[in-house]
Parts: sequence; C-alpha cells; structure tokens
Amino acid sequence: MKSEIKAHETDTFSLLKELSETPGVSGQEDRIRARVSDHLAPLVDELQTDTLGNLTGLKRGHSSSARRVMLAAHMDEIGLIVTRLEKGFLRFAPVGGVDLGALPAQEVTVHGRSDLPGLIASRPPHVLSMEEREKPFAQVDLFIDVGLAADRLAEQVSVGDFISIRRSADSLGNGHATGKAFDNRVSVVVLLQALRILQGRSHGWEVVAAVTVQEEIGLRGAKTATFHVAPDVGIALDVTYAEQPGASPDEALPMGSGPAIGLGPNMHPALRRLLVDTAEREEIPYTNEVLPGNSGTDAWAMQVSQSGIPTALISVPIRNMHTPAETVALKDIDRSARLLAETICELPDDLSTLALDRES
Amino acid sequence: MRALIEELCSVFGPSGQEERIREAIVDHLDGLVDEMRTDRLGNLIAVKRPSASGERGKRIMLAAHMDEIGVMVTHVDAQGFCRFTTFVGVLKNTLWARRALFAVGVDGALGRAGPPPARERPTPQKLFLDVGADSKEDARVQVGDTAVFRSSFGAVGDRLFAANLDDRIGCAVLIETLRELESSPHEILAVFTAQEEVGARGATTAGYGLDPEIILAIDVTATGDFPQATPMEVALGKGVAIKVMDRRMIAHPKVRGWLEDTAQAFDIPYQLEVLEFGSTDASAVQVSRAGVPAGTVSIPCRYVHTPSQVADYNDALGAVRLLVNALSGEYPS
Amino acid sequence: MNELLEKLSRARGVAGHEGEVRAILREELAAHVEALTVDSIGNLIMRKGGSSAEGTHRVMLAAHMDEVGGMVMRTNTDGTVKFRSVGGLDPRILPGKRVRIGAQSVPGVIMRAPHAARSGKRVVPTSDLLIDTGGAGGIEPGDMITFESEYEEYGRLLKAKSFDDRVGCYILAELMKGDFPCELVGAFTVQEEIGLRGAGVAAYAVEPDVAVALEGTVADDLPKQDDVSPTTELGKGPSISVMDRSAHADRRLVRILTETATAHDIPWQFKQPGVGGTDVGTIHLARGGVPAVAVAVPCRYIHTPAALMDPADVNRTIELMSKALSGPLGRPLEAEWSEA
Repeated sequence: MKSEIKAHETDTFSLLKELSETPGVSGQEDRIRARVSDHLAPLVDELQTDTLGNLTGLKRGHSSSARRVMLAAHMDEIGLIVTRLEKGFLRFAPVGGVDLGALPAQEVTVHGRSDLPGLIASRPPHVLSMEEREKPFAQVDLFIDVGLAADRLAEQVSVGDFISIRRSADSLGNGHATGKAFDNRVSVVVLLQALRILQGRSHGWEVVAAVTVQEEIGLRGAKTATFHVAPDVGIALDVTYAEQPGASPDEALPMGSGPAIGLGPNMHPALRRLLVDTAEREEIPYTNEVLPGNSGTDAWAMQVSQSGIPTALISVPIRNMHTPAETVALKDIDRSARLLAETICELPDDLSTLALDRES
Repeated sequence: MRALIEELCSVFGPSGQEERIREAIVDHLDGLVDEMRTDRLGNLIAVKRPSASGERGKRIMLAAHMDEIGVMVTHVDAQGFCRFTTFVGVLKNTLWARRALFAVGVDGALGRAGPPPARERPTPQKLFLDVGADSKEDARVQVGDTAVFRSSFGAVGDRLFAANLDDRIGCAVLIETLRELESSPHEILAVFTAQEEVGARGATTAGYGLDPEIILAIDVTATGDFPQATPMEVALGKGVAIKVMDRRMIAHPKVRGWLEDTAQAFDIPYQLEVLEFGSTDASAVQVSRAGVPAGTVSIPCRYVHTPSQVADYNDALGAVRLLVNALSGEYPS
Repeated sequence: MNELLEKLSRARGVAGHEGEVRAILREELAAHVEALTVDSIGNLIMRKGGSSAEGTHRVMLAAHMDEVGGMVMRTNTDGTVKFRSVGGLDPRILPGKRVRIGAQSVPGVIMRAPHAARSGKRVVPTSDLLIDTGGAGGIEPGDMITFESEYEEYGRLLKAKSFDDRVGCYILAELMKGDFPCELVGAFTVQEEIGLRGAGVAAYAVEPDVAVALEGTVADDLPKQDDVSPTTELGKGPSISVMDRSAHADRRLVRILTETATAHDIPWQFKQPGVGGTDVGTIHLARGGVPAVAVAVPCRYIHTPAALMDPADVNRTIELMSKALSGPLGRPLEAEWSEA
C-alpha cells in the first residue's frame, strides 16, 4: 500500500477524498486506521496502535527538553449498527449522534461478511394517511434493504455488523468540497498536512500525533490516549458549525473564515494566546469559537486527564454536520495545518511561561 | 445455582449500602479464591491466582454488580409519611402501589397523593411511602434511609421471577464460575462491584486500582421478545448473550471473538447483543488508565429496572459454561 | 461580618476566570501553609501538617472558586451583547438584572421588553436575551459576565451574589489557618459549575485518604402547601449530604460528622437526598477511589444575584469541621465497613 501513495495524493482534496470515502464507524476503525497509518508512517519516527485502537505517531523534537505536545484528531465517524434481521430487512440503531432526518432514502454500506450496498427504506407517502405524512420518520419506521432474500441475508449479515454512509467526496464551486465523515477526516488531513510542513522545520518539542477512536460515542479514545501519552500540552483538532440557515448565529462561523480557535474554560489561556499570536504573526485568518462549557471535542477529555493538561482546540467550520452532505472550504484545512505547524515550532522550552497567574 | 440466585435475591443491597449483600457473597466465596478484600468504595475483590504459569496468562477482571436499584427517604412529614427520591435507573412509572423494604426491616407501601388515578402514572412528586407510622416521631425510618423493591421470588419451569435479578443473577454466575473453574492460566480478579446502578462508580475505581489486562462484565441485558419491544434480537431462553455494543461502549473485537469462538467450540448456544439503552461496568473499566479491552457476558432479562424481572435459568447456566470454558483456556494471541 | 468573606463574595470569577479569587486566597493563606501550587487548570492547592513518614493520614478539603455567570458570545453594533450562561442559570430570573462584563467590569443590564410588548407566558431562553451596555467598548467574545450585587446584612442574614461557593472558600481558608493532627490539603477548585472539572484533577494529584467538599447549598425553606422537604433550612446548622446526583457519600464519614456534631452540641441537618451535585462527584472516583462527603452552609436563592445565608451556620460549619479534624476525621478510617 505504502509505495502506491503517489505525490499527487498529498494534495488536500485528494487526501480528504480518500479518507472521507474510507469507512470507519466508531468501534470499527480498522480500515480508516490502516489508511491513516499509511499516510502517517513516513511523517513520524514511531507509530503504534494502542488498546482501544488509537493510532499514535511520535515525531521527535530537536531540543533536549523532551517536552511533548499531543495532537488529537478523531478518525471515527458516526454510523449505524444492525440490531435485528426481520423478514429480509435489517433493523438498526445509531452509533453516535446520527441525524435521523437525513437518513431516509440514503444509500449505505453494510459491513457484513463482505461490503453490501443498501439503502434506508421507508414506506411511500402514497399509502400513508395525511396525519402519518406530517410526522418525521422515527427509527422504528426505518429499515435497511440490501436486496437479499431472508436466508441469504442471514448468511451475509449478523447482528452487530456496522453500517456506514455510502457517499463519494466531491468538489463544489469556490474551493468547497462535500462528502460524508468530514467530521472529522477534515482534521485528520489538517494533522497530516501539519506534520508534512514540520518535516523541513526545526521544532524543539516531541510531537505525538494521536488519531483517536470512539470520539462520537463519548470521547473514549482520547481519554485513554491522553492517559497513555501523558503530554505536557494537548491540542485537539475538530470541526465546528459553519453559518447556514438554521444554525445558531452565536455558535456558527463563516465558511472559509479560517481556523476557529477555541475560547472558554476548556482552553488554557496561555496556550490559546500562543495560537492567536502565531496566527497574527503568520497572517493566517482565524476566528474565535466561544465555548462557554463543554466543547464536545477530544479537548474536553484531554484537559482533565490525570493531574490536568493545558489544552487548546483548533476547529474547521463545516456545514450540515453529521449528515452525508457535509461541506468544507478546502483553504481552511490548509490554513489550520499551517497554524498548527507554526505553533508547534513556537512552543516554549520553559513550561513556566505557560503557567497561570504568572508574575509579570 | 438456582438456590444461590434465590438466596442472593433475598439480600438487601441498594447502591451505596452494599454491606449485607457483600457479606452474603463473602460466605459463598470461602475456599474458592486465594485472597479477598473490600476496597475504598466498597467493592468486594476476590483474587484467584493462575493455577499454572502460562505465557499467555492474563490479569482478567470479572465484574458483577452487587447493588440494586432503590429509593431514598428525603423527608418524613408530620403524619409519618415519607417522601423519597429514586436512584438513577429506577423507572418512575412503575412505582405506585409497589412494596419497598428498609434495612431495619420496615415495610413501605408506595402510596399516592389524592384519589386513585384512572389513567395517569404518577411520578415521585405525587408519591410517598407509608411506613406504618402515625407521626414523624413514630416513624422508624429517617431522611437518608434507603429501601429496595421486593416481591416474592418465583419460578415457572426455568423462568425465574424477582425484583433484582439485575444483577444478583450475575453475581451467582460469577460465584458459580469460580466454583467450577478448576484450572486457569489467568489471574482472575473477581469483583463484586458497588454503585453500578448510579453510574458504574465502583467499577471505575476498582478498574483503576486493579489495572487489569481484560475486563468482562457479567450483567443482565434487555430483550426484544415481548409485544412492541424495541427491535432487538435477544430473547429469553436462547442462550447467553455476547455484547457487541451498548449505550456507552463497543466491545473489543478480540474479546468478543474470544467469547464467540469459545461458545462455538463448546456448543454453547449464544446470541449477539446490541443494546440501545443502558450499559455495564465494562464501559467504565474500558476507559480506565490507558484503556482495557472490554467485553460483556449478558443474561437476557425482561423488564429490567422494574420490580418484576424475568430471566431464564438456562441462559445463566450457559453464561457459567461460557465463562468457565473461556477462562480455562488461553486468551488468543 | 468578616472582611475575608466579604472580599471573596465581591470577587468576580466564573468557570475559567477564577484568577481574582485565587489571588485573594493566595495572599490570605501563603503565610499559613507549607506549600502552595496552581495547576494547569487553575486549582489552587495548599498543604500543611502531617509527617513525611509513611502512613500519614491525608485529608483533602475542597471548595470551588467559580460562581455561576455568563460568557459573551458576540457584541452587536448597537451596543448590545449576546451571551450564554456558564453553569446552571434559571432564565426566568435573568430579565432586568444588572451585570458586570469582562476584566474591566463594564456594567450592563439584561434587557426586558416593556410590559406592553411582552409575549404572553413564554419563558425567554437565555440564548434570546441581550445585555445592554449602552455601547460601552472594551468587550470581547469570551469575556465573563457576573451578577452585580452588594455584600450586605439583611437582618440577621447575609446577602451576596456568590456564596455558592465563596462561603466554602471562606470556611476552607479559616480551616487552613488551624493545626490538625493530619496532613491537610486545601484544594480551591475551578470549573465546578460546568461539570466538577477541577476537583477530579486535584484529587488525582493529591491522592487523599479522605475528602470533604465544603459548599453553599440549596435551601428551599419558603412556605409550601405540602409537608415536603425544605432541602435545607437556614439557621439549623451545617447540612450533610448522604446522596445527591453526583455521589453517594461514604457512610463512615457521614457517621463521623453527625456524631461529632451531636457530641459537641452543634446543630446539623441532612440535606434532602437526590438534589444537586458537588465536587465529591469527581473526587470520590479519582484513581482507586476516595471516601468523601459534602458539608454545606444552607443558602437561599443560590445561582441568583442575591443569595442569603445565616452567619451562625457558617461559624457552626467551621466549628464542626475543626472538631472533626481534631478528632476522628484526622485519623485513618477504620478499615472495616459496618452498618450504621
């Protein structure tokens, strides 16, 4: 596999397309891990997979201080799981925060004995009463149809098989792209591109690139990965809401406005300041993402690991989050990668400069 | 094991007050393990050392929770009626007209403010416990006292009925497993956990303290085999269930594979379980420290968290067979 | 009643912005303790007493420095400010209140439409409320918002905005000035109101043998139709938690506290079980587990600009904790569990 990765695949869109289209529902991240691993291996000095399946790559630093920054981007995506076989159809439950409203008539891939194409089936409006038609579909109204007879289906599919969204990633106008699982493959691309920039640079700190699992079902991978890595500083990479009809104007950021730097109690003020100063010095456009409480990202788990980790968050705005129609401005991915790489080069040897209540 | 299940179901042990059920379990472990201790949150930890030192021997934590759901008195009024709060998992619409039992042996009837309802299912705000007192001074219970739900233990053929099969049937399975396990390459850390019903709190600290290499929880799971149940494959009497996923965790594929392979190799009927609501001690231990491969052996049980729970004895026997056979062999490399 | 309590109650500090409270406590206590650190999340941790010998009994007392408040989401060109709550705020008490914004303490008012324009009985969610600053500058997204309210006497009671949990900080500060037969660790924690975040980190680092959270807690002793629990009552002494949403208290510690109170004629009360949560929620689950309990001063109207408490309850709480620390709380717990 590794040798087949050609130079052109390192361009942001190709990388995003490849990672977006690779399945990796929370709890079954083996295929996406293998793909990410191929791209990560040449960029780090050591690579390992831990108990829960987090992929951690270590890139050594150039100073003797042996300070360690952990970057966390989750590779898992929301999806579905088979709960029951019923008369040739599949019953399913969500894995993570699936938006039921975007499921009916959506094509999926059922990861049975082999990958089977399927779709989310529901009864046609023609046969429903007006009252029934006015209600959104509930989970109990929906089945998955893979076009197999009941006996063949039972040979191919079992309770507990995972199901991912079947959707290619493609370009839209104006440098935007659309696809599924942009939450959070977009950030995996940010992580890889940042490491690529660092290849030619001198950075004092050790960089541990943690591509985490099971974020969508409760930040579970980040919790164990952070314990294991025990970093001096943590930076989480995730996506956030871009402006669109229906999004709360307080929480959404303009598409294409650059990386969003988290602001709030989940963030260490000195580390956040370092990100902001770096963005301004490098003239990278950025926004502030105001997070009054739980950021809902790996940063929330990292901050309270063991005796506490100074934590920051960089997010890329996307539209239609947790649907098969997520969209992103590609330039925000590149800007986020630059911001991340430049910040890593700026991490101070003296940790006390990151202390709270510093005498000054 | 039937008598053991019935006995354990008769012992008082709400979350946070597991003294009596712990003592009852200790009595049954005598001679079965090498070491026993109670930790800081009240988990009972029983250690059985490996019978032969094999290279593939693991430190395996088995967790069955001792505690059961219940209610706690919040206020005793002037007439001796007790207001109460429910533990997290209690289904509030199953309470009215039930019978509760306090540690001191006092019964409580769950009464309702106002005339009997025609259709409404009252919430705790409208309910109180009648503890047979005529005044506050007369009441033999006080704020902070806990009561559990009780109904007589019943059996029809192999179907067992009790208010707390969750998880006394799991405790019985764990004791029986220790009894039948003649030799094992593994260090078995059998933990009868406290406070599972309020958020797997005992397992959280026991998991950190023991730092096992594998965690298996032994608990009940819901079924999809009664009218208009949430669609789910698991049914009573069709064998032990091996968990794939629940509300909080996805079982480690290797642990799940180990259990499935063992069941197939020893012709133990089993079912795969995807549970949409609820979780077990394994989910807490899975994210302990740097992570622990986790799985769950489940005993199908209808009407979990109500005072009328039903399970099938054969499924419990299957759980024992599965555990004994899995633990007798090596963990796959 | 007391200069330190007044200073702490006037200080402004919502989750993530506890610096001002931390500075007051550091200055007050530096001379009284042997070690003092601030960790990466902002907990202020102090130690004193105990010997370096193995087996020294380490007691951690925790009080959280943060108060409920808000955070600026964005500023509008018309001088209004959009905000969200930080911690649990009841949106029904917000309209018409005076607030202070940011490090510069810019004043503002939470707007309320004149009564003719109000739309019926709907509760307006916090996300639809605006603060009017009159167009004052110097406000940035992320700035904290606190209630404006004087520290003052109301009859025999005291009133201020932030007794939850500055009264706990005050009690802990007073206890840190004393000498006890155990190793005493005072953890002034952060981010309690948004999920007990600081306390778990502190307990992990401190590794205490037992822990007590010191709180200002809900009193619901207004007249009521039914004979139901007041949760706690003002003037009836420290409240002891058996169980709340975050934890079951260690029953051995509950017994130590109730027996100590009774032995010294200190009135005490159980808090209504099942209500609220405290730092005990994360402390008792740290590492291999920590036996823990919460002791609190009853406060009416917590999480509003004006909470009331009885100074007698504050003094009794200090007295109870001092007696307990000098007695059984200062010694290792009996190994065996037994039923109360």
